[in-house]
Parts: sequence; structure tokens; C-alpha cells
Amino acid sequence: MPRQAKAVALISGGLDSLLAARVVMEQGVHVEGINFYTGFCVEGHTHAIRKKDRQRPKRNNALWSAEQLGIKLHIVDIIEEYKDVVINPKHGYGSNINPCLDCKVFMVNKAREWIDANGFDFIITGEVIGQRPMSQRKDTMPVIARDSGAGERLVRPLCARNLPATLPEKEGWLDRERLYGFNGRSRKPQMALAKQFGFEDYAQPAGGCCFLTDKQYSVKLADLWQTRGTREYDLDDIMLLKVGRHLRPRTHFKIIVGREEGENRFLEGYRKRFTSIIPTSHTGPLVLIDGELGPGDIDLAARLTARFSQGRDAALVTVEVRQTDGTTHSLDVIPMPSDEIPGDWYV
Amino acid sequence: MAAVIVDARNLLCPMPVIRTQDAVVKLQPGDSIRVLCTDPGVLHDIPAWCRVHGHEVCNIEEQEHEITITVRVGQSG
Repeated sequence: MPRQAKAVALISGGLDSLLAARVVMEQGVHVEGINFYTGFCVEGHTHAIRKKDRQRPKRNNALWSAEQLGIKLHIVDIIEEYKDVVINPKHGYGSNINPCLDCKVFMVNKAREWIDANGFDFIITGEVIGQRPMSQRKDTMPVIARDSGAGERLVRPLCARNLPATLPEKEGWLDRERLYGFNGRSRKPQMALAKQFGFEDYAQPAGGCCFLTDKQYSVKLADLWQTRGTREYDLDDIMLLKVGRHLRPRTHFKIIVGREEGENRFLEGYRKRFTSIIPTSHTGPLVLIDGELGPGDIDLAARLTARFSQGRDAALVTVEVRQTDGTTHSLDVIPMPSDEIPGDWYV
Repeated sequence: MAAVIVDARNLLCPMPVIRTQDAVVKLQPGDSIRVLCTDPGVLHDIPAWCRVHGHEVCNIEEQEHEITITVRVGQSG
């Protein structure tokens, strides 16, 4: 009896990767899932931070997909290695700071390393020709296969019939006739296939699964790089870009203003790293100050803090300023009127 | 054997799941692990991860803003 072939499927949590894995499982292949965590993944974070979102049912969609498929899911932290993809993308960025093609090459390459280390035969992705403008095009499909080193061991079951035969087809592990030839941006074929397999309640992210495709987020990241004079970042940096209002009143510092209780609690965890301000005479946000402060800057930051407090219309608001070593002092400040805050201070 | 403790406080999902996964790899079936967390997302994600890998969630304690999940390692590792 021939041995059972083994494949690893890149599982993002979206519908395409769910279907791609299932199509291959239908042909008797042993499939396990792999999910890469870059730090920029939209999955769950803002829901976890913002209190109002906590009322929503929350789930990790990659784990949900694995449960639907009945397969193991290996979640891999690639935060450190991924920095080079974000900072130096060989194929450039999309419309924001999204290095989608390099990202796909990187992830398929990591999956290739994984199958080599674990004795698996091939890799499955949910890519569809024409689905995404940067990474899922007819001309980029061979680039991903080549640059990742996966070559013929990379199978795209949803559009395989539009592509040359791969190793699993040549070896007889997969019947090409039972793969698909989807093409273009329409989601109808995928939705029909989901119905056929009985998948319901699958994730349909409106803006993709990565913050780097988000315009506002990319602007904040570009601001961080520009004002620091370097494109380095750490996990805390990129997490904080997802939270609060960001205002840069001076080139050498910005403030991060919690918008509600959940965000304030999240920002609390950073008070040993950043100078922080909190109103004490009125209810108001926790504010972190990122940068080097010069004369008058604390007063400016305190007045902005007061502006976002319940005392915004009061004559004076008392705030507590806490240094990173835990020492504190109080200030009484006049809240800055809204119309005195230039629009370009908002990052 | 005393339960291995993983401190995943102040980490957001999926990092607590990844820390749990990395610790479980080094353990034997039947061993236990206690994961300390603050992200309420773990209430869903760690049990879901355990289900797909065949591990057992033995206990979940919630206190103030901290959550402790005890996991017993299953046969499939």
C-alpha cells in the first residue's frame, strides 16, 4: 500500500486557506496547519484591548479553521525574522507599508523549512490567481514558488488547474481533476465551495489580515520611523500603534491618548517605559509620552491630556505626571481648546 | 511533578498560545502546565489550541484581571 502523503497548509484564518486545506484532505492526504505571527496580524488584538469590543464573541480564526478541519495547528512566532521583510522588501511595498509579495515568499520559505524538518511532502496555500493585486497574480505565483525554495512542492489547490502541474500531482498524491481553477477577485466560487463542504460562519475580514495594509496604521509606522531616524522597531512599538489617539505636537515627542477604559488599562503596562500623565481632578485618559521632552513640553502634553478629559471645559485641570522611575508630581493646567490643536498633530 | 509555570501576562493573543505551545513541546504526556495571562482572549484561544492538539484544560481561574489556565499534556504532544 502506498504511504500517505503529508502536507502542511498555511492557515490564515480566512476562507481560502480553509478551503485549500480541505480540498487536499479530500484526497486522503494527511494535513496539518501552520500559522505565522508577525506582530502585525489584525487577529484579535484590538478586540482584546478595547473594552467595548470585549462583548463580541472573540476567537482566533486560524484555530477556528483548524477545528473545522480537525487538524493540528502550529502557530509560529516570526516577529524578529519578519522585521527584515518589512524594512527591506525586495519586491517593494503595495499601496501602504505592505510588503505582500515578500511576505508570501517569506512564509512559504518558513513552511518549506518546516516540512523539511518534520518529514512532510508539500505545502498548501489558499492563493487564487488575480485575488490580490500585489501577491496573487499569474506572474507572481512562480516568483513565490522559486524565491521560497518550495518549487514544485508548493500547491495552490484553488487555482491549481490554471498553473503547471506540481510534484504532488506528478507523484499521484493529488488528482489534478479534483483541484480547482478559480481565477479573479470574485468570491462566489469560494462561497459555493464552502457551502458544499458545510462551512458556515467563516471569517470575512474586510481589510485583510495584516495591519500593514491599513492606511492609518502605515502612516503611524512611517511617522515612527521618520522621527526616530531609523526603521527599527520592537513588538511594543508596533502594538502601541494599534492603540489610542496619537498626536505629535513636536517632532521630538508624541503622545498616545487612551480612548476608553480597555485602552487605558493596556497603556498602564507601559508606564515603566514612558513618562505618563493622568488627570486627577477629573475623569480622563492615561497618556503616554514617547520621545525626549524639552522645556515646556510637559505643560503642553498636560494641556492636551486635560483636553481629552472630562474637564475639557473647566478653568483648570489637575494632572499627575509620572516618570519612568515611579516619581510623580502634580500640575494644574488650562485644557487646550480643540480649535488650538492643529489637525496635522494627529498622526 | 509540580506544574511548569508560563508567565504570559501582558501579552496579547496569540502570544500566550505560542508560549504555551513552546512549553508543551518540552513536556511528556500527563505533565501539567499553568499559564498566567491577562488577555481575556486566552479564555477562547488556549482551550481551542488544546482541543486541536489533544491536550486537556484542567482548570481556569479568573481573579481581577488575571487568568490562570492549567493544561495537562495529551498523548499526541
